[in-house]
Amino acid sequence: MTFEHFSIGAGVALLILMIPAMWRLSVGPSALDRIVAVNVIGTKTAVLLVVIGTIFERVEMFVDFALAYAMLNFLGSLAASRYLHKIPSQARGPATEPDSGSPSRPS
Amino acid sequence: MIISLVSAILVLAGLVFFLGAAVGLIRFPDFYTRMHAAGKGDTLSSLLVILGLAIYQLRDFESIAHDWPVILIILKLIAISLFILITSPTSTHALIDAGWEDEVKATIHEGRKNALAEDRNPS
Repeated sequence: MTFEHFSIGAGVALLILMIPAMWRLSVGPSALDRIVAVNVIGTKTAVLLVVIGTIFERVEMFVDFALAYAMLNFLGSLAASRYLHKIPSQARGPATEPDSGSPSRPS
Repeated sequence: MIISLVSAILVLAGLVFFLGAAVGLIRFPDFYTRMHAAGKGDTLSSLLVILGLAIYQLRDFESIAHDWPVILIILKLIAISLFILITSPTSTHALIDAGWEDEVKATIHEGRKNALAEDRNPS
């Protein structure tokens, strides 16, 4: 087994490991969970670009794509989190209802 | 040969940590714990996979004067891993901060107490 076959296997494994993040992206339950899933998928994509470059023996090209994708992913998740910082919480779904007073304690 | 072996071991370790992050993203009960799993697992496994592939670039290395493009590629890969090492915890912290400011509920089990509640409502 050469390293190329191993790289193809690693890329397919990365692709399969995106499926849980896709599931979290679709079921939610809140918008912040979806942003977390998008962040995970973006990081995996940047790594996957380097793996693809290793398979095609053109890492010198794909490494720039991976760097640009990592920067875009960081800016996107940071902008989304700063945006959701501002809007009121009832627009967000069931998991983000405000915590009324003290938490549940054993009586 | 030994370089391919070291590189394969690093990539496999990174895939194991990616698997841990994916399992945590599915199984954990509330937003904070999911964020914990995703942030830590993604950072470490991205570093491991990218550094493993950077080591693999050294497979035909002879001398710096002859193979300087390889050194350039390795420097770019190290730059990507340093960038991920800085930005992934930053975005994790920003997301958790957004959730905390929006008062996302944490799942507290029966018989446990939320130690952070006193931080929010100082008595």
